[in-house]
Amino acid sequence: MQLTNRAQQVVQKEMTLAERLYLPAIFAGLSITIKHLFKKKATLKYPEVKREFAPVYRGQHVLKRDAEGRENCTACGLCAVSCPAEAITMDAAERKAGEEHLYREEKYAAKYEINMLRCIYCGLCEEACPKDAIYLTDRIVASEFTRGKFVYGKDVLVEKMDDRIDVSQRKKHYSIVNN
Amino acid sequence: MTLILFKTLLILIIFLISLGIAAYSTYGERKIAAFLQDRIGPDRAGPFGILQPIADGVKMFLKEEIIPNVSNKWLFILGPCIFMVTALMTSAVIPWGLPLEISGVKYNLQVADINIGILYVLGVVSLGVYGIMIGGWASNNKFALLGAIRASSQMISYELAMGMSVIAILLMNDGSLSLNSMVENQGTGKLYGFINISGMNWNVFYQPVAFLIFLICAFAECNRTPFDLAESESELIGGFHTEYSSMKLGLYLFAEYINMFISAAVISCLFFGGYNFPGISYLQEILPANIVSLISVAVLFGKIIFFIFFFMWIRWTIPRFRYDQLMRLGWQWLMPLSIINMLISGAVLIWIRN
Repeated sequence: MQLTNRAQQVVQKEMTLAERLYLPAIFAGLSITIKHLFKKKATLKYPEVKREFAPVYRGQHVLKRDAEGRENCTACGLCAVSCPAEAITMDAAERKAGEEHLYREEKYAAKYEINMLRCIYCGLCEEACPKDAIYLTDRIVASEFTRGKFVYGKDVLVEKMDDRIDVSQRKKHYSIVNN
Repeated sequence: MTLILFKTLLILIIFLISLGIAAYSTYGERKIAAFLQDRIGPDRAGPFGILQPIADGVKMFLKEEIIPNVSNKWLFILGPCIFMVTALMTSAVIPWGLPLEISGVKYNLQVADINIGILYVLGVVSLGVYGIMIGGWASNNKFALLGAIRASSQMISYELAMGMSVIAILLMNDGSLSLNSMVENQGTGKLYGFINISGMNWNVFYQPVAFLIFLICAFAECNRTPFDLAESESELIGGFHTEYSSMKLGLYLFAEYINMFISAAVISCLFFGGYNFPGISYLQEILPANIVSLISVAVLFGKIIFFIFFFMWIRWTIPRFRYDQLMRLGWQWLMPLSIINMLISGAVLIWIRN
């Protein structure tokens, strides 16, 4: 099967004197490298300039709250089941009376942990989630000194009310995919 | 000002300049490498990363100094010393510019105008191989030894072609080996006997083949790419300086850049007219002698910096030779070519002079 028309037949013919001298080839190479001296540099000066992520970038997860600030997650465990790296674990608990302002459903995740070292950022958890609870965001997982710190609990994953994470771009992407 | 004082000052200044240029060559190397690869390079230490060599130097000094237990300790220390000393010694015979005139006395901007100038350069450069050999052998490490063997055989093979190519220049220079007279001869007379541009009578226009051979051999003598087999990281983990750490490694790396600086200076002096530049006699008429002298120094340094850039440019263009290719190039191409070049230039010179 021919994929491109750029393939070339390999020929092993005797080199001519000009080719064996290598000098023309060296000058051609020098002219190529000197052109790069004046090209636009590909480097971004990182801390000052940040590269823009694609809207579908899959970075650190967020556990969403709804408009009233209640956690969406109902601890159904579909994300943990769908996770190919087995990075997600959770403990379910029943919502008590008086906790309606904390949890949207009658059941909630008392413990919800993602091991960021196991996670492969495939995004299957957000596809599996029936409750709009988990999304991958464009945030980068910070580096740590110990492996244990990479097991993120609810304190890191659940979004803060004063620092809501915008996932509208991802929702749009999923609505396109699902339709 | 006495002659001794002037020479001492000159030696001091040249040492400082060659160390400074070597330090900034490391910066330049990284910057040029980056630019040729569409990157930016070091830009964090000071504006445009201009303080990077200082940071590197401090780092080198503060690193732990390790002398391997199984090494020959004296030779292990002696290796980088020899390499550094020979690298610095070569600068003695290079004429850096037109004579300066201070309170009526003329001072040559050359540490020693010895009549065997270029021979001295070749001799001292060939001593430099001992630095590599001793260092590599004393490390008592197979990779270091392999690197040292490669370096010494390579430098010895390429010295022959280098010396042969210089002979063609000597013939043109009436057999004088003094670098000063060579540079002076390139500043006088007409190019090809009829193109009348003062200070343009450069040897490269008469001896392009010798220049090419000398350039290639200079690359090999400096252990620069494409001839950096002696310290190929991917094959020999750094070659002869595998076991070196801290400032002893720094000395090796530094001396290499000084070697590069000196060979750029020698190439400029032998083939590109040294401190001569087109229009030098016109400037001598309208400007005071000392200012022209300073301009000539600047011109020589411009040529040197261009050749240092050329060394780096080549480094990021051509991949490393294989060992047998290196030897074939040295012995089967450059050696015969330089002998033929020498014979032809000798015959032509005899034909012209009769």
